[in-house]
Amino acid sequence: MEKKPTVELKLPILKNMELVATQTADVVSKHMQLSEEKSGEISMALIEACINAFEHSESKSEVYIHFIIDDDNLMIKVIDKGIGFDASQVKIPKIESKINSDERKRGWGLMLIKELMDSVDFESSDSGTTLTMIKKKDQNDE
Amino acid sequence: MNKILEASLNGEVLVIKTEGYLNKDLGQDIQNAAQEHINNGINQILIDLDKSNIVNSIGASIIIELIEQLQESEGTLAFCNLAPIIEKTFKIMGLTKYCSCYPNEEDAIKAMS
Repeated sequence: MEKKPTVELKLPILKNMELVATQTADVVSKHMQLSEEKSGEISMALIEACINAFEHSESKSEVYIHFIIDDDNLMIKVIDKGIGFDASQVKIPKIESKINSDERKRGWGLMLIKELMDSVDFESSDSGTTLTMIKKKDQNDE
Repeated sequence: MNKILEASLNGEVLVIKTEGYLNKDLGQDIQNAAQEHINNGINQILIDLDKSNIVNSIGASIIIELIEQLQESEGTLAFCNLAPIIEKTFKIMGLTKYCSCYPNEEDAIKAMS
């Protein structure tokens, strides 16, 4: 089977490194002729995925990002070597319960990723997490 | 560079103009700039994100704290010049239930005055 064109990034866990990922995503989106809207959604989802990998995984090593280009979609894998997590235990945030309460104001990342991408999947263990997200290409993107 | 370009009064509305990535640092800068004026009795704040076209949820979460604070003094928070993806992000988070979004500063000031 022919290998799909793939862009691979290795990001050190440093402040604002997620922007390196969004710049790469912009280039890939342009190459795929995705709409500005889809490109923005990919960047936003990627920022949140990187922040989760940087902050919540407690990973001490780098975070790897693979952009896998296909004719009809872009698949992005964000891979960390952290402590893993159980997605079923992540509470869906609601602003009504955060406003005027002691509830932590953060915790939006996963929800945003799910809302902005066409599909999202996780494989997680105590040796790391791979988040796989897909943005489909529409015929009218070109 | 992520920074506050300007924080000044337009009538009774504090207009905060930003540049760059609305992350935790810029969110806190906005909060600090607002705080100074809230202490002086200002309770209407407009955040102009014309030169900020990227955000993260941590920066947006700090805005939630600002909304809470303004609610205590029956104040309001609004945004103008939002990039489409920022507006969409704020909608998903539900921020737009508590803040109005305007296409530009002029429209915002007219509506808030």
